[in-house]
Amino acid sequence: MITGWHVCGFGVGLMLSINCHADGAAIAKTGAEAAPACQICHGAAGEGSAPAGFPRLAGLGATYLQRQLAAFADGTRVNAVMMPIAKALSVAERVEVSAYYAALPVPVATLKSAPAPMPTPDSVGATLATRGRWADKLPACEQCHGPGGRGVGHDFPALTGQSATYLANQLAAWKTGARPPGPQGLMAAVAKKLSAAELRAVADHYAALPARAAQ
Amino acid sequence: MSAARRQLYLGGALAALVIAVGLYAGGVFDNVGRQASARRAANDLTGDPTRTELAAPAARTGASAAFQPPAESEIPAGEFGDAVRRGREIFVDTPRAAPAYVGNSLRCVSCHLDAGRLADSSPLWAAFVSYPAYRSKTKSITTFQQRLQGCFEYSMNGRAPPLGAPELVALESYAYWLASGATLDPNIAGRGYPRLAPPAQMADFARGETVYADNCVLCHGADGAGQRAPDGYAVFPALWGADSFNWGAGMGRISNAAAFVKANMPLALPGTLTDQQAWDVALYMNSHERPQDPRYTGSVQGTRQDFHATEDSMYGREVAGKVLGASGAPKPFKARSAEPERLITPNGRRLFDKAEDR
Ligand code: HEC
Ligand code: HEC
Ligand code: HEC
Ligand code: HEC
Repeated sequence: MITGWHVCGFGVGLMLSINCHADGAAIAKTGAEAAPACQICHGAAGEGSAPAGFPRLAGLGATYLQRQLAAFADGTRVNAVMMPIAKALSVAERVEVSAYYAALPVPVATLKSAPAPMPTPDSVGATLATRGRWADKLPACEQCHGPGGRGVGHDFPALTGQSATYLANQLAAWKTGARPPGPQGLMAAVAKKLSAAELRAVADHYAALPARAAQ
Repeated sequence: MSAARRQLYLGGALAALVIAVGLYAGGVFDNVGRQASARRAANDLTGDPTRTELAAPAARTGASAAFQPPAESEIPAGEFGDAVRRGREIFVDTPRAAPAYVGNSLRCVSCHLDAGRLADSSPLWAAFVSYPAYRSKTKSITTFQQRLQGCFEYSMNGRAPPLGAPELVALESYAYWLASGATLDPNIAGRGYPRLAPPAQMADFARGETVYADNCVLCHGADGAGQRAPDGYAVFPALWGADSFNWGAGMGRISNAAAFVKANMPLALPGTLTDQQAWDVALYMNSHERPQDPRYTGSVQGTRQDFHATEDSMYGREVAGKVLGASGAPKPFKARSAEPERLITPNGRRLFDKAEDR
């Protein structure tokens, strides 16, 4: 039962959160004018939700996140759910909410979907992730996404902490052009060298890895 | 002339033709035309008297025709296999696996892609079958281990492991194993980085800066220092500055850098720059300060005269009002400890606490 105290407490909490984290946090938690709260789908800690296909946002590079919101907004990254949401945000709001998520700590527990089978060291996914296929001039994923796929700098997102379905969908989107080629067209070039089976194998590989390095 | 005789002549002519074609395909005649450029190359102080220095670009065989080293899963069991695996580890994780001899965060694989297997990325198997050889850099016959010593001293801005050191033995074992089945031939296809023809327009700093901003800055950074993972591991290696190769390294030659970049960079998009862009960006990269040449003679101009008296090096030349290489005597080498992170500040600079004899 909602009492006056609850409403009041909520209001104070909201004000505090706005004061502490500026607008980015507010957008994430309560939304902007026409945009729903991001956390409804992306989780309170930005950890995402595997079964629903909502990606992890916490700890991804700010430049990377901004670029994605811009691409949803101008329709070059095609997704029925995110396109209207990104369009409803002003450029300034996109910058702020990106900074907010970039600064969130990397989720400890990975997504709770059925864990992908742990690849053996000589499996297709692990080989693509750590060795690439140089006969085809295809570098290893981790040469850009960092050791264990945990991300590098502002432009190279972590692949860990995402579900296999989400990762596979993104790779497929580059092959069909439903996702813009990104910086220097690197990911489009990479994805086009992967067969459907390889794409799935490497997505499974990363979905099974921990989002954080072992301490 | 009897029919039998005519047949004999005909057969002989045919055989000669077959032999000639074979020799041609085998590259024997290639060298004849290269004598002149070979003499020119001998003046190049950089170093390796290689096929890559001698060959005209058009004469290069495609990488597809290159020798294939054995698969990594075929590394044998036993003590020799252990040495091969150790050599591979040093090659791909040099600062951590050979901390006593490394002074930057590059790895051998930073410049010899795919663990030293990739044709046209100066693969180890092609190097292995090419030594001992005379090198103009050292003006003497260089053995394979001596060649490896140079990599540590210059490319890794470190210190040469003594001949016979376990690190060199392991690297040599790895290279030998990679070369399993290759012919002993310094002209083996895929060796070195494919040389580019001289640029149509003289390489230019300003154009190079634009090429860099468009194609390289994403990974190697505006300051050329590369990018590290949160644990300090250098994912994108430093192209210049304190954490990169020093002025004595082969990559410091504009022609080497242009050849490497054209064939291997941007990562995942090799061969996409024009030759002109590769020359321009190589000049730009090598027009920045980096650690002193270990052969420093006490003055920049003296060192330039002795080791860099070529258009191919920016050492000792003035760029934006500053003389490149004017950074004084080489910094004393400090071996990385068992905990390499300790020696690295957050911005990636190495810290020196105590002078140590080189
Ligand atoms: C109704 C659910 C929903 C809401 C609410 C939502 N998102 Fe999303 N978001 C998604 C889905 C689904 C995707 C995956 C799109 C795809 O597959 O391309 C996504 C993807 C993204 C991505 C790309 C992530 C990546 O790794 O590339 C960003 C950035 C993002 N959302 C930001 C936001 C922000 C900011 C808000 C709040 C203003 C928000 N989202 C609200 C469902 C939602
Ligand atoms: C040459 C560098 C490079 C390599 C190699 C590379 N990537 Fe990427 N990857 C990128 C960049 C840059 C982005 C960001 C693209 C953007 O901003 O739209 C990216 C983004 C991604 C994304 C989107 C993540 C998200 O949250 O939506 C996935 C999935 C991905 N890469 C998978 C892979 C896989 C799998 C491999 C190996 C087969 C790989 N990448 C190899 C550069 C690379
Ligand atoms: C900064 C880039 C760079 C790094 C790092 C580097 N090298 Fe090299 N290496 C080169 C270049 C450039 C050449 C060709 C030099 C020349 O022609 O003078 C070369 C040549 C060689 C050769 C001779 C090749 C031949 O065919 O004659 C060997 C062997 C070699 N490197 C091994 C190594 C080892 C082992 C390491 C690590 C300890 C290493 N390199 C690190 C750039 C590098
Ligand atoms: C997508 C990221 C990426 C881009 C873009 C890129 N590089 Fe690299 N570069 C790398 C990586 C990764 C390595 C190390 C390769 C390895 O370890 O396998 C490297 C190595 C190098 C090296 C040898 C190592 C060193 O530090 O000297 C040079 C030189 C170099 N790159 C120059 C360039 C130039 C010039 C450009 C632009 C034309 C460029 N790179 C674009 C990722 C990139």
